[in-house]
Amino acid sequence: MQISKDKFQLVGTHLTDAEKISKPSLSFWKDVFVRFKKNKLAIFGLVLLIILIIMAIAGPHMTPYDYATNDLSNKNKAPSSEHWFGTDDLGRDVFTRTWEGARISIFIGVAAALIDLFIGVLWGGISGYKGGRTDEFMMRLADVLYGVPYLLLVILLMVVLGQGLGTMILAMTITGWINMARIVRGQVLSLKSQEYVLAAKTLGASTSRIMAKHLIPNSMAPILVTMTLTIPNAIFTEAFLSYLGLGLTPPLASWGTMANDGLPALRYYPWRLFFPATFICLTIFAFNVVGDGLRDALDPRLRK
Amino acid sequence: MAKCIGKRLLYMLISLWLIITATFFFMRIAPGNPFTSEKKLPPEIEANLNAHFGLDKPWYAQYGDYLLRILKWDFGPSFKYKAQTVNDLISEGFPVSAALGLEAILLAVAFGIILGIIAALKHNKWQDYTAMIVAVLGISVPSFIMATFLQYFLAIKMGIFPVARWESFMHTVLPAIALGSTPMAFIARLTRSSMLEVLSNDYIKTAKAKGLSSGVITVKHAIRNALLPVVTYMGPLTAGILTGSFVIEKIFGIPGLGSHFVTSISNRDYTVIMGVTVFYSILLLLSILLVDIAYGIIDPRIKLAGGKKGE
Amino acid sequence: MKKRLSVLFSMLLVLSMFLAACGGNDNAGNDNGGDKDGSKSDVPQELRVNINSEPPSLHPGLAKDSTSGTVLRQTFEGLTRIGKDGKPIEAAAEKIEVSEDQKVYTFTLRDAQWSNGDPVVAKDFEYAWKWALDPNNQSEYAYQLYYIKGAEAANTGSGSMDDVGIVAKDDKTLEVTLENPTPFFLELTAFYTYLPINSKIAEANKDWANDAGENYTSNGPFVMTEWSHSDKIVLEKNDTYWDKDAVKLEKIEMIMINDPNTELSMFDNGELHWAGAPTGALPTDAMQALKDDGRLITKPIAGIYNYKFNTTVEPFNNANIRKAFTFAINRQEIIDNILQGEQLPAQAIVPPTMFPENEEGYFADNDAEKAKEYLQKGLEELGLKDVSELPAITLSYNTSEGHQKIAQAIQDMWKQNLGVEVTLDNQEWAVFLDKMHSLDYQVGRMGWLGDFNDAINFLEMYRDADGGNNDTGWESKKFQDLLAQSAVETDAEKRQQLLKDAEAVIMDEMPVMPIYFYTENWVQADNLKDVVISGLGDVQYKWAYFE
Repeated sequence: MQISKDKFQLVGTHLTDAEKISKPSLSFWKDVFVRFKKNKLAIFGLVLLIILIIMAIAGPHMTPYDYATNDLSNKNKAPSSEHWFGTDDLGRDVFTRTWEGARISIFIGVAAALIDLFIGVLWGGISGYKGGRTDEFMMRLADVLYGVPYLLLVILLMVVLGQGLGTMILAMTITGWINMARIVRGQVLSLKSQEYVLAAKTLGASTSRIMAKHLIPNSMAPILVTMTLTIPNAIFTEAFLSYLGLGLTPPLASWGTMANDGLPALRYYPWRLFFPATFICLTIFAFNVVGDGLRDALDPRLRK
Repeated sequence: MAKCIGKRLLYMLISLWLIITATFFFMRIAPGNPFTSEKKLPPEIEANLNAHFGLDKPWYAQYGDYLLRILKWDFGPSFKYKAQTVNDLISEGFPVSAALGLEAILLAVAFGIILGIIAALKHNKWQDYTAMIVAVLGISVPSFIMATFLQYFLAIKMGIFPVARWESFMHTVLPAIALGSTPMAFIARLTRSSMLEVLSNDYIKTAKAKGLSSGVITVKHAIRNALLPVVTYMGPLTAGILTGSFVIEKIFGIPGLGSHFVTSISNRDYTVIMGVTVFYSILLLLSILLVDIAYGIIDPRIKLAGGKKGE
Repeated sequence: MKKRLSVLFSMLLVLSMFLAACGGNDNAGNDNGGDKDGSKSDVPQELRVNINSEPPSLHPGLAKDSTSGTVLRQTFEGLTRIGKDGKPIEAAAEKIEVSEDQKVYTFTLRDAQWSNGDPVVAKDFEYAWKWALDPNNQSEYAYQLYYIKGAEAANTGSGSMDDVGIVAKDDKTLEVTLENPTPFFLELTAFYTYLPINSKIAEANKDWANDAGENYTSNGPFVMTEWSHSDKIVLEKNDTYWDKDAVKLEKIEMIMINDPNTELSMFDNGELHWAGAPTGALPTDAMQALKDDGRLITKPIAGIYNYKFNTTVEPFNNANIRKAFTFAINRQEIIDNILQGEQLPAQAIVPPTMFPENEEGYFADNDAEKAKEYLQKGLEELGLKDVSELPAITLSYNTSEGHQKIAQAIQDMWKQNLGVEVTLDNQEWAVFLDKMHSLDYQVGRMGWLGDFNDAINFLEMYRDADGGNNDTGWESKKFQDLLAQSAVETDAEKRQQLLKDAEAVIMDEMPVMPIYFYTENWVQADNLKDVVISGLGDVQYKWAYFE
């Protein structure tokens, strides 16, 4: 079939039309935020975290009890309208203690994770990127620190600095960053031979720019996953140290110490374990899905 | 390659020496000594004890003696357990801990990787969510709670497994699960996240375009590259698990090496502390070396220090 | 790479095959000797108990803890043993003669053999005791032998071993000379440091005590046939024992589980015939339930749990302050709610098993009024206006669930009754001991279990300020004199009174705060009979049997 030439008309182009982009431009972080919002599970996790933090701040004020006063005649009572989460073996209200403990556990978890993040990422990143002797030296130093018996280090720290929250956090971060450093180093080792790194180097980018703009963001996935393991690890290491007498002094409580105390009573007074353990699970779950959401949101390849 | 390994072994020895020295030093500064007991010992008896064990010599002499002994693989007698030497303690405890550890690692690696792969392949579908919930449970329930739960429900209430001790294969199941649950969960998550990364790479698209089935793609291309972080994690994990877990061994009454790591420090049993530290460090450094070698096999682009190219 | 996946899958397959194959494996337990309805003569006489942890040493001269003591008491026999009524009876010694001045004991041994046939001779006792006293052997419990003439000098290197008052006159006669009349000496000869050693084997082979085997011979009711380190110990009836007809158990298996919950679970499962003291421990959270079931058995023993005051620092250098703190706590409440083991509140420092009047003690429990009075007096003496001017006070204890709970309760009581805020200081064991011994604390927890059934054991530790178990920095001339007099007093009643007077001196100055007297709590299989537990809390299985 023949189509006549006059059926076609020259439309021409407007200069300005050529510049029009089909969707509004966003900055990198705004883009991340938008994508994060779309992830239902991640939003759920974020909301959960916010609720937990609010409860940690407000929870202890919601009851007439305080976390330290003993009431021996009321010990080991099941949850009831007077004691929403029941009482422990010294008659203290579990609800109040759970939220006091939340403050300490969440704080320890986040602090340890952040410190591990900074030290670990820097150490592993530099070590992996530089390679050669620097890599060898830095990794071996990390190995030595890892090999010395941890408990000895903690005991010495306790003796020198006294017991307390600050010493605890220090004790947990002496060796906590090493795992992160190793994982980051591994990633960097495999990424640095990619073409875009070569390109950046050729263009004259400095090491810190290459690290900050290329290598680290592309290692975000294992970094985030490792961070979501650091938090529960920190909570449980604190529980373990307290169990050995190197951690928090009573009547201070953390979820870890409450779980320690509640564990032998599992058969008889299960609520003493149930509440702290459930909240630990919920918190970790929340951090995990938020972490996953962040990872998905940050991954440029999943961009639509 | 051989030169590379040789150099690494040398560095390992140096690291080992540094660990021994640091531990020796820290051990001596800590307050207390092997003879600290409820009853304060009269000075003459304490002097006697110190002389017998060579603790009255100047610290550099003790240090030198100790290093020589290690070269002969003789860790000395235990201060607390008079009937045994440290070598005895290690040779009795290690096989038990190692057997338990291996079981736990097999469980963790097998189930972890499979779970992670399934989750990544079915990203954001119900399989992904289920797998990740299982993983989160594994991470957020610490091994001692998991151990007590398993013991209470499966052994005491339901009687499927024995309650404690180390006598038959059935005795090993619960402790292995308790020990392996957290590593399994972590390996699952690591696998999933790196698989997701790998799957969105161009060469996977190429393979699909070439018409390869997803099974072949997964196995031949994806897994290998996704395993890098898992392998990194497994290095120190292996050394740690093989030398035993204090809490699990206590709850299940298993005569392994784990308890010695903790009790030797409370007892200030110097020789045992040094012995288990040296032993553990050797295992640790070896497994890290293996991990680095594995890097080279998995991802040929990685050139290690001391290899053909420096950077 | 298909290989990789198939390797993974085959590993899984192998794993699941194991699980399936061993599904038929019998669950250990339930077929053990705890059956009540087995026919009477067929009830296996095999006992399974938990001894909690690996004994540091099974050499009588080196043992210094109760786990080692438990095993040694079944395999060795001393000159005497503590009988079912709590009094020492002749064991390896057939006849015992005491001199007029109560300083020379002559033991005539009965005919008995070691498990390998060697005769038990007086030299075995002399060898064993002198071995422990030899400073080169580093026996930390050698001090138990110091009641013997010349023993302390020999052990501390200031005297010769030949001057020690232990002489084997011939194969059957042992003559022991003491420093002072010691009315409880026959209790001591039942203690594990006084057990004999097969001198023939020991002289030839100094490592004889490191393992079970032909060098580890026993003269007691049982022989150790297996010692699997950190795992279990197996004892079997000793056929060469002189009193073997009284021994009904054929075998005792001692496992080592260090977790009270696991121990109780194994007992409930039938895998153990005994859970709890003296060899193991019961979880505190289970006590109420066990009491309600009527299964819990309780026995008071000679032991005390107390808090020591560092009398060299403020404010505890003042006796009234010490008394104030001591009177201000409610012991019964702690016992009922935290310990739950029917312990006795302690208002004295010698247990009621030795001084029955101490069930009442020197003062009333929970006397807040008196406490406040003493506090006022103390504050005045120190020149302080009120409690807020007191220096900061720390309560130290070593890590353990029990100590922690008690400390928290007492911290609260002091706050309520005296208005004093005390901080808790939870320390690791070795660090804690170090601080206590060097007087680097203010109030610290300590306990004491009697070694033998005499009040002096609870009093003499406070005689010298630098005594090994004192740790308070307190001493008193009056107290020392009373103890010295009691040492040479031959009349039993007068001696008791001297000791009572000494106790009164301590209670007046209160360098320690007594809290409660120990009890032992356990559950046992219903058909297990005649396990004898002495007033000191140690156990003997010689006469035990299953009905």
